[in-house]
Amino acid sequence: MQKTLIVVGLIVLLLVPTLTDLAGQPALLSLVTRILIYSIAAASLNFILGYGGMVSFGHAAFFGVGGYVVGILFVHHGSGEPLLGFIPGSNQLLVTLPLAVIVAGAFAGLVGALSLRTSGVQFIMITLAFAQMLYFLFVSLKTYGGEDGIIIRRSNELFGLDMRDKAVMYYVILVVWAGFFVLLWRLIQSSFGTVIKGIRQNERRMAALGFAPYRYKLYAFVLAGAGAGLAGALMANFLRFTSPDMLHWSKSGELMIMVILGGVGSFFGPILGAGAFLVLESFLAGWSEHWPLALGLILLVVVLGTKGGLGGLIGKLAAWATRGRT
Amino acid sequence: MILILEQLLNGLQYGVMLFLLAAGLTLIFGIMGVINLAHGSLYMVGAYAGTWVATATGSYWLGLPAALAAAALTGFAIEALVIRRLYARDHLDQVLATFALILTFNQLIILGFGRQPVFTLMPEAFAVSIELLPGLFYPPYRLLIIATGLVVALGLYLLINRTKIGMLVRAGATNRDMVRALGVDIRLLYTIVFGLGALLAGLAGYMAGPISAVQVGMGEQILLATFVVVVVGGVGSIKGAFVAGLMLGIIDTMLRAFLPGLLRHVMPASEADALGIGIASMGIYLLMALVLLVRPKGLFAAGA
Repeated sequence: MQKTLIVVGLIVLLLVPTLTDLAGQPALLSLVTRILIYSIAAASLNFILGYGGMVSFGHAAFFGVGGYVVGILFVHHGSGEPLLGFIPGSNQLLVTLPLAVIVAGAFAGLVGALSLRTSGVQFIMITLAFAQMLYFLFVSLKTYGGEDGIIIRRSNELFGLDMRDKAVMYYVILVVWAGFFVLLWRLIQSSFGTVIKGIRQNERRMAALGFAPYRYKLYAFVLAGAGAGLAGALMANFLRFTSPDMLHWSKSGELMIMVILGGVGSFFGPILGAGAFLVLESFLAGWSEHWPLALGLILLVVVLGTKGGLGGLIGKLAAWATRGRT
Repeated sequence: MILILEQLLNGLQYGVMLFLLAAGLTLIFGIMGVINLAHGSLYMVGAYAGTWVATATGSYWLGLPAALAAAALTGFAIEALVIRRLYARDHLDQVLATFALILTFNQLIILGFGRQPVFTLMPEAFAVSIELLPGLFYPPYRLLIIATGLVVALGLYLLINRTKIGMLVRAGATNRDMVRALGVDIRLLYTIVFGLGALLAGLAGYMAGPISAVQVGMGEQILLATFVVVVVGGVGSIKGAFVAGLMLGIIDTMLRAFLPGLLRHVMPASEADALGIGIASMGIYLLMALVLLVRPKGLFAAGA
């Protein structure tokens, strides 16, 4: 059942550019592209939040770092001047993407190593604090556009493909997206993933079993940061723009909303959540400029009324419907 | 020297403001275990309601009770409708639900008052600068804020340490479940504490009006700084909120005032200004990270 759904879903995703082209709705294609990108970031947050029980309120920082790696490398590629005097710029996707992942992961290692010494409210706030620090750092860096951010005039190159074509860009992102989720699936099923889930349930028990919780949590935090960095790098390429807005704390909030909308700790939840959030946002924004009001109220209902997000809501509705029938 | 004294007073005034917000927030945190991101919205509601009444009547002092009443009533409504359902939930649901409240309140204010900052009134008696020391002219309105904050701090100290409600609040911050097990009507206590926090937030919002702009989003700007104060001071501790509030208020103001000037000695002026402001904005977060690394529960954590 689940396998058929996945296959059908993949076929639909492959057909999206053709379908939107036929329907004459190019805006829909970019909406789906954004859903793919955000679902990577949301899924990486879900990995530590849902599976690992670490409520990070600064996940947008790693998203932004990924974006800025692409942006900064582009700036130095354009000017020909190496970064810090020895790192040459680049506009090759095969260089920038892995680098964004590595840099975001390394930064997550630093943040995680310090933040994971605390827990609970303090953990939420210290992750937020690191994200805010980075936000203000990029706002104040005039060399890289400050508050205005970096405009990336041309997307990164890949095998001579025409990356300006929205459909080509979509397929590239789709391939990366699929690869990411296959890896994530294997990670969650692996013994490492099991340890992470165990730590969420009972940290002391895992310690007694001989797994040092701090180290495992830190590894998970680094992987999640790297995932968000990947999403950020894709976003910078897709929008051809990076700005401090990518690291703003409300962006961390949005990622959390996506995770919770889709259902915390469920594998397909973040995809569902990112889709629901972005569709809702673009639908409401087209309907009224006061769309955040409706979004706020809907969120309240979802949080207060359901446990387990949209997945839980669908399950509840299904149960209610079958009960109504009998 | 005069400049430093002046900035010190500004920092004190900002710190007092942070304390007014943090006092309520730390109690809500410590006693109910709820992360209330919408605390900044109460600050905004107080500012808008008070300013609206003050402009309509032409009197600053008539705006004050309006601000307090509006913030307290909004606080009671939020507590009864939303927060009450969150007590037993995890932090994640609380963050999300109160984040949704921020979105809702901001849009309601935009619908009612528009996006433009609202014109505010300054009490006439406090409008003209007075000479505190030879050469040091200072707006008395800011001194009024400092005085109000100190009076509130004293009042809270007496309330927490000398009354029965205060005793329950202290007990609740130390061990919530035990207080409930002893047969205290914890629900009523929650409502009182939340109402008190809302009242203080409304007071802070209204008083901040003439100094900083009354506009949508004013709550979020100060909210993050308030959270830093709460966490640095230790969750549930009024004393911690007071010490951390004043400390961070002064540090933040000093960095903003003097760092760009210092950096100008080593780099071009425009870059120095941008970088100085940026680092100054990072200052309090850096401090919080440092404090938490040394004392993971904050400086004066209740029940620690």
